[in-house]
This record gives sequence, structure tokens and C-alpha cells, in this order.
Amino acid sequence: MRKNNNLPALIFTFALLIIWQFGAMKVNAAYILPTPLQIIKRLWELREPLFTAHLPATMTCTGIGLLISIVLGVALAIIMDMFPLAEKTLYPVMIASQTIPTTALAPLFVMWFGYTIWSKVLVTVLITFFPITVTLFDGLRSAKTDMIDLMHTFGANDYEIFFKLKLPAALPYFFSAMKMAIPMSIIGAAIGEWLGATAGLGYFSRRMMTQLDGAGVFAPIVLLSAIAMIIVSIISYLEKKLITWRGDL
Amino acid sequence: MLEFKDVSFKYDSDDYYMLENLSFHINKGEFVSVIGASGCGKSTIFRLICKLLECENGQILVDNQSIDQRKGYCGYMPQKDLLFPWRTVGENLKLPMQIQKTFTKEQMTEKVKSTLEKVGLSGLENKKPSELSGGMRQRAAFARTLLTGSDLLLLDEPFSALDFLTRISMQEWLLEQWEREHKTVLFITHDVEEALFLSGRVLVIEDLPIKKLVSFDVPCGYPRNRESLTKPEMLSLREQLIKMLRREANLI
Ligand SMILES: Nc1ncnc2c1ncn2[C@@H]1O[C@H](COP(=O)(O)OP(=O)(O)O)[C@@H](O)[C@H]1O
Ligand SMILES: [Mg+2]
Repeated sequence: MRKNNNLPALIFTFALLIIWQFGAMKVNAAYILPTPLQIIKRLWELREPLFTAHLPATMTCTGIGLLISIVLGVALAIIMDMFPLAEKTLYPVMIASQTIPTTALAPLFVMWFGYTIWSKVLVTVLITFFPITVTLFDGLRSAKTDMIDLMHTFGANDYEIFFKLKLPAALPYFFSAMKMAIPMSIIGAAIGEWLGATAGLGYFSRRMMTQLDGAGVFAPIVLLSAIAMIIVSIISYLEKKLITWRGDL
Repeated sequence: MLEFKDVSFKYDSDDYYMLENLSFHINKGEFVSVIGASGCGKSTIFRLICKLLECENGQILVDNQSIDQRKGYCGYMPQKDLLFPWRTVGENLKLPMQIQKTFTKEQMTEKVKSTLEKVGLSGLENKKPSELSGGMRQRAAFARTLLTGSDLLLLDEPFSALDFLTRISMQEWLLEQWEREHKTVLFITHDVEEALFLSGRVLVIEDLPIKKLVSFDVPCGYPRNRESLTKPEMLSLREQLIKMLRREANLI
């Protein structure tokens, strides 16, 4: 039933790829506009450095950055939920800060941390931390006042209300936050690498650009997108298995 | 069982009192309905009894003891079932016991099983609330209220969201439950017929702010059936109550 829903999208994507393929063949300038087939071919040729060196480097930045964001985001969301003053002070700032193009600050971090992974990690954290925090906070707040009151009539303390009510209520929001944050964190890491690194898919893409290897520029980007899609679909799968109540609250 | 002694209350955001020196009394084992127009403060009375709100003056006693510093003296069933959607029916029913921590896991499972049987939901402990119908969900919520172990049950318009036929069968079901469990029930409704069918006594909110509850004995014994509602003395009480509510509704 569900699978058929994706069919129009698949056909559309395939059609776009075919247009790209023939368009690029007509333009005939592979160094700036390679065809999809050329990119796949290049991906295969470059599999050795891409998969053994650059993909692990990017994934390390992404992983560390995401982990820091989750830990900080969860902590801050809980603090804002517990202390009204913290909420009043921080929440509006968080919302406003999301309009800042954080990625534009990336060169600054490269200046501060140089070519180490920390400049990339910082970009990743800065991009993902705020949306994770805000989404989780909304999740904790999605527990209805009625339900909190009911818990009080059972004699529950704040600790029990948190673990038995707020946390489960926030779980669907956690998954939404992850699905949003993972592609963002990969983009963040790649931008950081693009600006200054000695390894990683962003760095590799840039190196290929200097060699006017169009397909070589695209290959790592295709790889990044594929990885992001795979991780997001794993998360979606887990979400479907674990969260059967979305929207019931 | 339950006693209000000169209780006054006002919401912080309001400049008028909701309750003013209100006193009334409910005996053990009674089934009493409180009726009043929407927004007149019925739920506020319940919220005071279960300490979700604090009285400004006066005292509320349950079993001749002040409710201050006490827990577990009343079971509150709100209008919405508020079953947690991530818990199965069985886990939802365990919730009050998990918080009270007086029973072992095995005892809880056993109690859930027998309570589900009593309320007519046997074998459904592993279903998610979303798999139940509206009436079944209310039964599950009632079972959860029973499992608080309290002798005083506060039911706040529990059937008002159900369709008519489900509602009347739930009313009959509730009477069976009450006759078997020997609990004291305080039942809020704005439906005069529901109040007459269920209760031994009806308390009417007549005036705002609430200074007194006018008590009417329902002229009909238990067990009852729907025909009891058509007795002439029931019909005339019904008309009298509707008239009072109408007058009150104009005040809000
Ligand atoms: N938290 C609150 N703050 C201020 N006013 C409230 C609050 N809750 C309810 N009220 C007001 O108190 C009145 C009584 O509410 P309620 O007890 O829920 O009425 P009922 O249950 O009889 O319909 C309503 O007019 C409502 O607007
Ligand atoms: Mg109400």
C-alpha cells in the first residue's frame, strides 16, 4: 500500500536523471557538468580513497558533532523545561538564532582551530544544536497539562512526571530532531572540510575541483547524499517500530 | 466521607470568587451527582478536592481528616480518558500503582487482570489505547481510577464525549460497578437525566459564586433501569432541576 505512494516520486527523479544525462551529453563539458553515468563511474574508480580515508574522516566529524549536539541539546531542553527563567531567557534567543546563517561563520572556525577536526565539529555542532534543543523542548512541552495534573492526583513527584510522562511524550520529537539534524550535520562537516582540512569528502571534492575533474567533484557529494539518506531511513524505520502513537497525544 | 467546611476559592487571574464559604457533606457509599451549567465551577470543586488547586479559606475533609499532607484519598477520572498512548492498556492501569509503590510487579499484573475483567475488558491488557473504542477507553480510564485504591471516586463528566447509545450503556455499566465496589462516587454532569438515572442525591449549583449546593434526594431506589426515569416523581424533579439550571445559565 505504502510503497505505491513513492512511485510518482521515483519516476520523477528518474526522469530528471535522464534529462540531466542527455542535457550534459549535449553540453559536452564533463569538467564542469558531468553526466550521472560519468559520476557513478568516477565514484567506482575513486572507491579506494573515498571509502577508506575520506568517508571515515567525514563520518567522524559528523558523529562527534552530532553526539555533542544531542548531549547539549537534551541537557538544555531539560533545563528550560524545569526552570521557567531559563526558558524565558534562552528560548527566544534560540528561535532567533536559527535565522543566522551559521555556515557563513565556518571560515572563522577554520581560523581558530585550523585544519584539525575541531573546526569541522564546531560547524556541525553549531548547525544542529539549536534545532535539536528547540524540537526536544517542544517535545517535553507536548505532555498535556491534563496529563500532568492526572499524574499529580496519583501522587507523582516531578521526577516521575518527567520519566513516565514527559520523556515518552518527547520521544517522537527526538526522532524528528534526528531526521532533521543528520543531513544538516553531514552538510556542516562537509562545509568545514571544504574550507580547511586534510581529509574528508568535502576536502576531496574541493581537491577534485582544483583539478577540473567535474565527476570527481560530484562523486563525494553523491556519496554524502546517499549516506545521509541511508541513515535517515534507518532512523525512520526505528521510529516506525518504536513510535506507534504519533499524533495520538 | 467528604466534607467541605466554609471553603472559598478564587482563581488568581479572576477578581471574583468562584466559591464562597461553601459547605456540604457526602456520606460514605453515596452516589452523588453535581449538576450545573458549563463554566459554573464544577471541575473547580474537583480540582480543589484532589489538591490541584488550593483553597483560600476553609477546609476539606475526607474521612474526617483534612486533606493537607495526604495522598491517595481520592481517585480522579477526568472527562478525557488521558490514557497514555505509548503504554498498553495494562501498563496504563498499572500507572497509579507504580507511583504508589505498594505492590510488587506480580501483584500489579494480577490486579490489572482482575480489574479489567470487572470492567468488561478482559484480555485487552496488551492492546494500545488507540485500538479501543470510545466507550472501552472510558472503561479503561475508570479501571485505572479504581486501581488508585481510593474509596472516594471523582468522575468529571466521564461520558459526555460519547455518543448517545454508548453513553446510556456506560451509565448502566457504571451503576453495576458502583453497586459492586461500594465506593463513594461524586459525579459531575451537566445532563439532568444522567444525574437522575445514576445518583441517590443530586447537588445543584444554583448561584454564582457558589455559596451552597442545593440537595435533592432522587425518589427512586436501586437497582434501577431506564423505566425508572419515567416515574411521575422523577419527571417532576427533572423539570424542577432543568428550570434551576436555566436560571443559573443566564447568570454566567
Ligand atoms: N486556570 C484558570 N484560571 C482562571 N480561570 C479559570 C481557570 N480554569 C477555569 N477557569 C474559569 O472558571 C470557571 C469554572 O471552570 P470549571 O470549573 O472548569 O467549570 P465547569 O467544570 O463547571 O464547566 C470558568 O468560567 C473558567 O473560565
Ligand atoms: Mg468541567
